[in-house]
Amino acid sequence: MIDVKEIRKDFPFFDNTKLAYLDNSATSQRPRAVVEAVADYEYYHNSNPFRGLYELSIDATDRYEAARKKVADFVNAASENEIIFTRNASESLNLVAYSLSEMVLNEGDEIITTVVEHHSNMLPWRLAAKKHNATIKYLKVQDDGSFDIEDLKALLSPKTKIVAMTAMSNVYGRVIDIKAFAKVVHDAGAYFVVDGAQSVPHSKTDVQDLDVDFLAFSGHKMLAPMGIGVLYGKLDILEKMPPFLSGGEMIEYVTFDDITFAHSPHRFEAGTVNAGGAIGLAAAIDYIQSIGIENIANRELSLTKLALDEIKNIPHVTVLGSDKAEDHHGIITFKIDGVHPHDIAAIMADNNVAVRAGHHCAEPLHHFIEIPSTTRASIMFYNTEDEVMQFVNTLKRIRPMMGYED
Amino acid sequence: MENRTFYNEILTEHNIHPLHKFKMINPKNSLRGVNPSCGDDITLQLNVSDDGVIEDGAFFGDGCAISQASADIMLDMILGKSVEEALALKDTFLKMIKDQVTEEELELLEEAGALQDISHMPSRVKCAVLGWHTLEEILKNGSDKTSVTTE
Repeated sequence: MIDVKEIRKDFPFFDNTKLAYLDNSATSQRPRAVVEAVADYEYYHNSNPFRGLYELSIDATDRYEAARKKVADFVNAASENEIIFTRNASESLNLVAYSLSEMVLNEGDEIITTVVEHHSNMLPWRLAAKKHNATIKYLKVQDDGSFDIEDLKALLSPKTKIVAMTAMSNVYGRVIDIKAFAKVVHDAGAYFVVDGAQSVPHSKTDVQDLDVDFLAFSGHKMLAPMGIGVLYGKLDILEKMPPFLSGGEMIEYVTFDDITFAHSPHRFEAGTVNAGGAIGLAAAIDYIQSIGIENIANRELSLTKLALDEIKNIPHVTVLGSDKAEDHHGIITFKIDGVHPHDIAAIMADNNVAVRAGHHCAEPLHHFIEIPSTTRASIMFYNTEDEVMQFVNTLKRIRPMMGYED
Repeated sequence: MENRTFYNEILTEHNIHPLHKFKMINPKNSLRGVNPSCGDDITLQLNVSDDGVIEDGAFFGDGCAISQASADIMLDMILGKSVEEALALKDTFLKMIKDQVTEEELELLEEAGALQDISHMPSRVKCAVLGWHTLEEILKNGSDKTSVTTE
């Protein structure tokens, strides 16, 4: 069980705000322990990792690599060399889209992705497909936010080299059975790339058990600062992949005629690294583990259930996806008949509720479901029942405020 | 809970029950105004007579209440007016949105005065001026462009 009053004391953000912050899928708030860990590094331990032979630099290297080990353990990677630090999940997905495609994609090959993907897990693949004269196929989503694994089987062909999909849609909040999908993809001889930006902060992730080839996620959606992200990849694949960016510390030897690239993960971390960010992410993982990811998931389920139970009694409000709280993981995307999402978000803002309006970087999905834009509330474990009710009570008043009788 | 809102009755009425939201048959001019980041999307259609009078007009599209109501109120005001009168109203409307309008000028704006509060809401200005901006483009340059934007 979570004592939310105690937990909120860990977040200075809540000290002086009346804002019901329900835009956690965009970015989470930061606990004091994370910001202090970053400050401690920047104040007292800063030097350029991997560069200096003096103790301070060796210490910075150790701290950076300890953060990598922490991340590896958090997702149960077989080795810390399977963890590449990036800026965010978008960069992670761009990295794998570029480098994996360079390695495996030939003219006429196919990449499968889904209609629900965030632009970050769709556009890099489309660019890669264009470069290599490959084609993209899209897996359809059901009305309840789920995917039919039989649809995937039907799309797979001997030409399919890569399947890239999200573990949890940032619009529906529904998780897929990653393990089952991974097996189907591998049986077809393709690589399986998973966008974990939404799933990793809210559910236990074991990359070995799930048997994914790549997993991308962001620090800032899981209490860490912006500017640090992760790409997990199986080591045997990473070791064969060409680099994405080139520059400092990603080489072994460079002459005027030849380059030998470093091994993973350093091959994929060109230039000076975000050591402070990595240390912040390690502190965020410590914080999450001190609460317990199952406790986090349970707390978010109970708040989601409260919201959905209330919303189903509000006329003219429709929640996208499943009607079960278990399928939402804190993400409630909805529409109100006759009211534009930007008006909804403006009224919410006027009532101290932060929600997101638009297409949530998933514009193709909105074309697919033929709704131009939607509004999304996204809940995190530190939210309160009062904040959820502030949202629900504002929701009830929106149609009347916009001039409708009910 | 307080029910304060800038969505006053004039605005909501024009949004829910617009008088001029339909597609004209063979309009002389038709131009699309789009704000890609927020999704406001209107197409303004006009028939201007040879002697410069706006005889007919309509709009269709999709967007927030402010963009839709503003376009509907605008058509209410400009139909039957000359091109010069319509452009003068456009100037007055933009002055109101910039919070530079006098009391006398505000009266000229009739129901469009219901959008005065937008001058304090920077993020919604582009919604309120989309219709007027599209109007200005048609009246000055015809409908040669594929679309205009206020972003």
